[in-house]
Amino acid sequence: MSKKFTLNVDGKSHVIEADPDMPLLYALMNDLEKKGPKFGCGLAQCGACTVIQDGVAIRSCVTPVSAVTGNIRTLDSIGTKENPHPVQKAFIEEEAGQCEYCINGWLMTAVAFLEENPKRTDAEIRDLLAGLQCRCGTHMAILRSVRKAADEMAG
Amino acid sequence: MLEELTEIKIARRDLLVNSLKGGGALVLGCSLPIDALMAQTSDAFPAARDLDPSKLGTWIAVHQDSSVTVYWGKMDMGQGVDTAIAQLAAEELDVNIERVNTFFGDSFVAVDQGGASGSTGCSNSGVALRQAAAEARLVLVEKASARLGVPVEQLTVNDGVISAINDASKKISYGDLIGNDFSTVSLEWNGRYGNGLGLKGRAKIKDFSEYKVVGTSVGRKDLPGKIIPETEFAAHVRVPGMLHGRMVRPPSAGATIASVDKASISHIRGAQVVVEKDFIGVVAENEWDAIKASRELKVNWDESDAGFPTTSDELHDYIRQADVEKSEADTEIGDVDATISGSGHVVKAEYEWPFQTHARMGPALGVADIKGGEGTVWTDSQKFYDGAILAAKFMGVFEKDKEVPVRAIWAPGPGSYGRSDSGDGVADAIVLSMKTGAPVRVQWMRSEGHAWDPKGPASVISTRGAIDSSGKVTAYDYHLKGFSRQDVSSREDGPGETLAGHLLGHDRPRRWTMQQPANSYGFENKRHRWSSIKSLRDMASPLRTSHFRDPYGPEVHFASESFIDELAYATGDDPVAFRLKYVTDPRDTAVIKAAAELANWEPRTAPRKLKGADGVLIGTGISYAQRNNATNAVVAEIEINPRTGKIWVRRFFVGSDYGLIINPFTLDRTIEGNLIQSTSRTLFEEVRFDRKTVHAVDWASYPILQSVDTPEEVKITKINRPELGPKGAGEPVMRVVPAAIANAVFDATGVRIRKIPLTPSRVKAALDMA
Ligand code: FES
Ligand code: FES
Repeated sequence: MSKKFTLNVDGKSHVIEADPDMPLLYALMNDLEKKGPKFGCGLAQCGACTVIQDGVAIRSCVTPVSAVTGNIRTLDSIGTKENPHPVQKAFIEEEAGQCEYCINGWLMTAVAFLEENPKRTDAEIRDLLAGLQCRCGTHMAILRSVRKAADEMAG
Repeated sequence: MLEELTEIKIARRDLLVNSLKGGGALVLGCSLPIDALMAQTSDAFPAARDLDPSKLGTWIAVHQDSSVTVYWGKMDMGQGVDTAIAQLAAEELDVNIERVNTFFGDSFVAVDQGGASGSTGCSNSGVALRQAAAEARLVLVEKASARLGVPVEQLTVNDGVISAINDASKKISYGDLIGNDFSTVSLEWNGRYGNGLGLKGRAKIKDFSEYKVVGTSVGRKDLPGKIIPETEFAAHVRVPGMLHGRMVRPPSAGATIASVDKASISHIRGAQVVVEKDFIGVVAENEWDAIKASRELKVNWDESDAGFPTTSDELHDYIRQADVEKSEADTEIGDVDATISGSGHVVKAEYEWPFQTHARMGPALGVADIKGGEGTVWTDSQKFYDGAILAAKFMGVFEKDKEVPVRAIWAPGPGSYGRSDSGDGVADAIVLSMKTGAPVRVQWMRSEGHAWDPKGPASVISTRGAIDSSGKVTAYDYHLKGFSRQDVSSREDGPGETLAGHLLGHDRPRRWTMQQPANSYGFENKRHRWSSIKSLRDMASPLRTSHFRDPYGPEVHFASESFIDELAYATGDDPVAFRLKYVTDPRDTAVIKAAAELANWEPRTAPRKLKGADGVLIGTGISYAQRNNATNAVVAEIEINPRTGKIWVRRFFVGSDYGLIINPFTLDRTIEGNLIQSTSRTLFEEVRFDRKTVHAVDWASYPILQSVDTPEEVKITKINRPELGPKGAGEPVMRVVPAAIANAVFDATGVRIRKIPLTPSRVKAALDMA
């Protein structure tokens, strides 16, 4: 049975009506018309749907709307063309990604762990990004970008 | 790669378009903010244009602010090809790159140049548009000459301002010359659509020595909008009144529908079943409801004739024994059989490659709005023009050489590497829209994206070589036996080529197309043969095969370049020296030398079996191949964990030659993407199946390369040959990687593994046997 839920997303509160078990991703794509999170697997296996809840990267494709308790940040709100997030800036400068369908996952995962602590070794970055998929095989440029953003954020 | 071209004119349909959505407002020669032009949302179409390929205005528009729109009939999926097209046009027109926008992705606005296909974006369509741009410049300069009273030879152009060389006060901008309409200017068109479309004109192409924009690293134009994210992907398309669709797939390959319990989803809001023959899907207003309905719908399947005649474990023996449908020799020089039977030293080897899935990052997505004999389809397919033809054929309104009453609109989606599932997703949307009378958006689920896309073909490759007493290779024999690379066409322009069409019982063509090695080895006796076999199920098979990035390239060259390595060692030669001895094309020599030099190649005539810290086994291997006038050599440096058998490619060294380099920065990334995807296919990827069904259904059952497996370094030497013009770079290096890695395994261990993928268990087993 559908119910009303209040979602706090990108600094705004939205009331949506949905089944309690509907994954957050569908609310983000259909009700809130966010452009960042994508459907890749619906199985928590790829990261394309990643959003940040209270500082932690989560996979919105397996997070029921009824379980969303905190403030959600999506890629749509982390930066603008004039003032991109350091991770976005690095991804653009390095031309990371090709189709960019996966890129939301890599970006948002990196934003979460770099905002928590930007001082990361290359090995840590590789480990923290494990479990994200990129079928275009753009891992080299992604890793260069995250390194660059980490260095910039660490100051 | 040759595409089978459908010679169809997708032409002007202003009335239809305007009646559909109110139309946009692009008028040739008028300035229009490019953002408005590019805003291809579902409710704001640009107006349809006259698409006569022999008219300059079809290809290029110059606006009042001297900005330029180039109309391109392919599309880019993140390799920066649209940016490269803009560079080529900016160069010929003598305008700054910022002024040029490449418009693509609408069958009513840009002529069909084949979609993304065979890495021909720059080499074919770019060369045609370059001619159009040169022609546009010539027309504008002639017009300026008349206006300014200065002869053409005494005029120069700088960022769209034409001025007299001797008198800078005599000048006029492109924008000020508007009023001239390129639609009256003729070009010589070769009469072909698709990849082969060619244009000629009066204008002379700029000499490469004068290049200012081509050869520079202009940033990808599409990128900021995808990272900031403002770009509308196909997945974001929403049409008023649209229903969400999901397909229902059988539990085994080829199971048919015995009965459907429609009441089983009656508790789900607005959910409806759409069923005809063995095509079955559900629609609902709300996406989650459609997903639930597809999961909860009860279908009784008849599995009496379902399944496959073999399994992934027995596949290669099955291929060896299978009846041959068609066999040919693509290359036959000298007398291979006689030389081999008369030789005292014959080397033989057999190589095996599994089925692989495209497994796009997002599974298939299609939106279709079919009404009253007309319609629109939205797709992320790399052959999006075919979506319109496909819809018209499903609707029964297709007539050869007539305008197609369906508009196909492309929007970005997950990267696509050949004939993926995207064409099948569009077909599902078309059928669901026709049956419900509503616009329908179909999103496949992950399991469909892995299990139900057309697969890269499996094969067995047998090789033989004869060596004389002086150590010279006197004969080389190569035989590829496997599934056709066009069991379903790489085009998506007919119901019989799609899963939906198969489920609905449409006739389907059968094609036996394969591939041969591409190299310049000058063996006196040399033969490349192939034999094509039937697919494991004729209709609606999850193991139907088609193009998967660099169709048959990785498979064929894994075998041919592994065997070249085997021949090198058998003749007592170093693998690099051996290749240099036998290649006959100087461009091949140059890339092999470049890769070897980058890698500090250490000559060897036996595997070196080097050991590093913790006992890791270290090796390097080389491989090289041509592809459509591009050529690449790759050295892979690998480490093997002897306890687990896990391979890590630590470094790649690449020597590449793609003719003219248009954009070095983006080219590096295109090369890297190929190296990584090919490494993933070499090390990890195999579609597992049993006699019932396919078991590659997600990223756990079909893992690909992860961040932790990424090489530490990729070094590339790019040889620029501007005199040759651009050769495609989208996929040629894909085919070089597998043998480079396998040859490195041999150097590290002394063991030859002739079966892909080189999984830890396979490598460990081989090491234990050695
Ligand atoms: S879509 Fe959520 S992890 Fe893949
Ligand atoms: S950029 Fe295409 S999947 Fe990662």
